[in-house]
Amino acid sequence: MNTANDLLTIRNLTTSFRIKETYHAAVEDVSLSLKKNEVLAIVGESGCGKSTLATTIVGLHNEVNTKVTGEIHYNNQNLTQLNEQQFNRLRGNDIGFIFQDPLSALNPLMRIGEQIAEGLVYHTKLSKQQRAERVLELLNQVGISNPERVARQFPHQLSGGMRQRVMIAIALSCKPSILIADEPTTALDVTIQAQILDLLKALQSETETGIILITHDLGVVAEMADRVAVMYAGEVVEEAPVQELFKNAKHPYTRSLLNSIPQTHSENERLEVIQGMVPSLKNLPREGCRFSARIPWIDASAHERKPQLHEIAPGHFVRCTCWKHFHLEGEEGGGAV
Amino acid sequence: MSFMQINDLNVHYPIRGGFFNTVIDKVYAVDGVTMEFEKGKTYGLVGESGSGKSTTGKAIIGLEKITSGQIFYEGEDVTNQRRNRNSAYNKDIQMIFQDSHSSMNPRKRVLDILAEPIRNFMKLSDQEERKRIKELLAIVGMSEDVLLKYPHEFSGGQKQRLGIARAVACNPKMIIADEPVSALDLSVQAQVLNFMKDIQTEYGLTYLFISHDLGVVKHMCDHISIMYKGRFVETGTRHDIYRDPQHVYTKRLLSAIPNIEPESRLERKLIRQKVEENYQKEQHQYYDEHGKVYPLKSISDTHMVAMSGGI
Repeated sequence: MNTANDLLTIRNLTTSFRIKETYHAAVEDVSLSLKKNEVLAIVGESGCGKSTLATTIVGLHNEVNTKVTGEIHYNNQNLTQLNEQQFNRLRGNDIGFIFQDPLSALNPLMRIGEQIAEGLVYHTKLSKQQRAERVLELLNQVGISNPERVARQFPHQLSGGMRQRVMIAIALSCKPSILIADEPTTALDVTIQAQILDLLKALQSETETGIILITHDLGVVAEMADRVAVMYAGEVVEEAPVQELFKNAKHPYTRSLLNSIPQTHSENERLEVIQGMVPSLKNLPREGCRFSARIPWIDASAHERKPQLHEIAPGHFVRCTCWKHFHLEGEEGGGAV
Repeated sequence: MSFMQINDLNVHYPIRGGFFNTVIDKVYAVDGVTMEFEKGKTYGLVGESGSGKSTTGKAIIGLEKITSGQIFYEGEDVTNQRRNRNSAYNKDIQMIFQDSHSSMNPRKRVLDILAEPIRNFMKLSDQEERKRIKELLAIVGMSEDVLLKYPHEFSGGQKQRLGIARAVACNPKMIIADEPVSALDLSVQAQVLNFMKDIQTEYGLTYLFISHDLGVVKHMCDHISIMYKGRFVETGTRHDIYRDPQHVYTKRLLSAIPNIEPESRLERKLIRQKVEENYQKEQHQYYDEHGKVYPLKSISDTHMVAMSGGI
């Protein structure tokens, strides 16, 4: 799994939040790696820990109530050991972050141009003149047609799509080598979404940035990703190249999820429903296969006692052994081998 | 036969300004919308944010003032009776909101939330009322011990189901669903959609399904209208819209839906670019000089497109 050209390597990362006096792990034992010029998508429903994973990477979690163990390697540094000052040097410079809601991420009292230049002030030695030029260049790059005017405007004067473009411009301002995009298009219309995704792709091929794309939308994943990690209840349950995942999904959770997309069904057919709900942080099952409670028709003996990730094909990892015996509810008999 | 017609519905908001705060301009939120509803069918209303689709829904149920136009319900003009407590219209048309959390009073228990429409419209004794509420909970698949809970104790999918239970409490004929599943996760979304289909077949409900998610709309709706800047650009059956889109705006919308086949990614990108090119090039055919959509023209029994000139 580990090669020299990995940009970012996460090893056995566990992030726990304190509730009352005990710590509950929201992300547990996650190991992932990101290569140059690659889009790694992290998919899962709300509460599966995908955003927690992202905020842990850039150290945006609350320090008092959070416990982080494991290692995140970037550029010979272990990010979990950094202090706030060291992180500040990293954030915005080497690692860019795009948030879901641009309106609450942008400062309402600052002009767009100033907000984009803010990162440049901290991380570069550009003169004021050069910064202004760079701002216009960035706005141009993200496809804003009259950058001079937009640079003087305030966030509330822009549409949702424009705001998200500004967010991307801010994230890219210092030419980061890693870009973390947390649900970048969830709040946007489909046509704007397509534009933003195309834009991210185009910018990536120019700059060779590694992108971690966090989303719950499998359509977006199919459009963008090179590799996909599916998370459930804080664990990675399946990891595979994107084509393999959509063609040949193995883990029961991934298969159920793919089955509940309206598009894959012929019209008027019933949608597949996953029984039960995602358990809350406090009630998370800590032993055995975490998905077992939602597929009760599968025999308990099919699950591993301590589910591990198994490599079943090159680059395709599946947790637990229950996929060998899994069939969707209503279907007959065990599935694959 | 249609049981409800909407004729040339207009909702305009005035923009005030100038010296005496006079009306200087108007926002045409809904601009000449005409629709018909038949029993037991689902009508989709699709558009980007700001296209006026929610305003249309709200105007129909009476949460929004109508500037001009009529609404006929079972042959009767109900345009001015929409908020009348005694009118049948108010009881028969119900609504499901996008954000079920903010549509429920946080200080009321489930019991009172569900009882509200019943107390308003049906004269039932306390025991009958309780029985009806239990029935409703059974319909949406929830146990009776939720009766004394508050809205915040439920998950998003459960709250949305309570919202549906409240909407069906008085046996409505039509439900206006304003983005009912946009805030929900995929598997929960599937639950709610299945469930909406179930109660439709059971009670012969009509839905006006407002959404921006074309995948969901395709799954749910028999008849679809695409909206842009307060006007319809294209209406037709599901088949008309998805297999044979005519208006360039519809084509653009359809080409932007992400597909779950990673192999055809590049291909779709090329199509998307081509559609976008056409969109820039052929705009004058589809929009007049003010950027307004032309009136609808029939091109088949069910299919209508807004275009200039003949095709």
